[in-house]
Amino acid sequence: MKNIFAVAGVVIKELYRRKDFYVLFIVTILICLMMASVNIFNDAKIVRYLKEICLLLVWISSIVIAVTTTARQIPAERENRTLLPLLAKPLTRAQLIAGKFLGCWLACGLALLCFYIFFGALAASREHQWPLLNYFQAAMLHWFMLGIVVALTLLGSLVFAAPSSNSTICFIVVGGILFVGRHLDQVALTLLEPTRTIVYSIYFAIPHLELFDVRDLVIHNWPLIPWLYFSLALLYALGYMAVFLAGACLVFRRKAVN
Amino acid sequence: MTAILKTEKLRVEYRSREMRQKTKVALCGLDLEVHPGEVFGFLGPNGAGKTTTMNVLLGFVPPTSGNASLFGIDVRQPIARQRIGYLPELTYYYKFLTAEELLRFYAKIFGLARAEADRRIDELLKLVELEHARKRPIKSYSKGMQQRVGLAQSLINNPDLLVLDEPTSGLDPLGRMKVREIIQRLKKEGKTVFFSSHELGEVETVCDRVAIIHQGELKAIGSVNEITGRHASLEKAFLEIIGFTTP
Repeated sequence: MKNIFAVAGVVIKELYRRKDFYVLFIVTILICLMMASVNIFNDAKIVRYLKEICLLLVWISSIVIAVTTTARQIPAERENRTLLPLLAKPLTRAQLIAGKFLGCWLACGLALLCFYIFFGALAASREHQWPLLNYFQAAMLHWFMLGIVVALTLLGSLVFAAPSSNSTICFIVVGGILFVGRHLDQVALTLLEPTRTIVYSIYFAIPHLELFDVRDLVIHNWPLIPWLYFSLALLYALGYMAVFLAGACLVFRRKAVN
Repeated sequence: MTAILKTEKLRVEYRSREMRQKTKVALCGLDLEVHPGEVFGFLGPNGAGKTTTMNVLLGFVPPTSGNASLFGIDVRQPIARQRIGYLPELTYYYKFLTAEELLRFYAKIFGLARAEADRRIDELLKLVELEHARKRPIKSYSKGMQQRVGLAQSLINNPDLLVLDEPTSGLDPLGRMKVREIIQRLKKEGKTVFFSSHELGEVETVCDRVAIIHQGELKAIGSVNEITGRHASLEKAFLEIIGFTTP
């Protein structure tokens, strides 16, 4: 485990020493503060729109951070040839993949923490309440969703040579799942065989990231998700992370690193 | 004497991605033995198979056939790399880390305790003369400084065998001299050094034994004097061995 944590530590250092996170965080803050400063239609409930926009920005920023941070990890190691001294040490390829995954996931978690603290402060300044458990559930589900995205992107970075192509494909896949994934079963019903079976297979095979999108929980202050369902959702995410990471390890094991 | 590094009938073939091109044979039945405490020079023209040999020894590339071992352990097992240090050619280390952080990272991978890692980092930064720049990010280093930090990382675990792939490549004469001094110092400490180089003068100065490889085959192996033989210099002997005739 020490090897995995050592690799993860370097990934986290990279995130907070690069400008990507700060730029996205500051842009989110500026947009939200600007909107918060305007009193639209004298409507007290307008705060819900503000929360919705703020959370949308947090979601977009977090996915951008997760994909871009992860996509460059292995290709940058190859390009700069740092993969060679690293693998010349008693470090297995599986440990390297696990370390990269853990680092990217924890880095996303830290970024999310900053975003949610800001979001909580912004919402509290208007609503004068701190529904901490709602925030906790929303943030945890969000973080585990990012875990799936990170594992998927890591697998992609071993399949596609260029980080840019991998990032683009991952953004399309993640966006596609979030917007279309939940409707695929209904689409399948309207199709003829064998397309119907293919679409159904895709519906059951893809990770349903939209399950983790519980923004309404904090926007409308809805009651908490039952803890059993909440735990099952986290287990579901862990299952997909494990599948993608196992795939990444298999692909990486066969790759020559010269 | 037991060999620290050994290859037996080592063969590596690279499959071409192009349909019509043939498989490229990078190494063809290479037999090598490096003994404890010797500085071994591995020579050959570009594309001869030097880096491929190192890649096999470090487990980066699987051999098509034959065996390679370090300290008697098959190179495919990560534990075989516990007692070696490796400096690849032209590596750009993590730009966002300082030299100290980089060395601490590698020390963690070797499982060095905190106090031991601190002591080792101080020693190595002094050895490679980077003490003054230990807190500076690597992105601000010159090429020579980056090569020296690379040398320091290869020594973090106090290895018994050091594998250096063209350690003086791209360095100015002063940088080359420093690297040479470090290799000689390691030799005095009883370490085994296996390195490839195109600087034949340097090889003559520091190596106990030399192997010359050409088109994946071992052409000559022996002490510098044995290889040089009747020739005026190692360079002339090298050129003749690889079949280059001067007009």
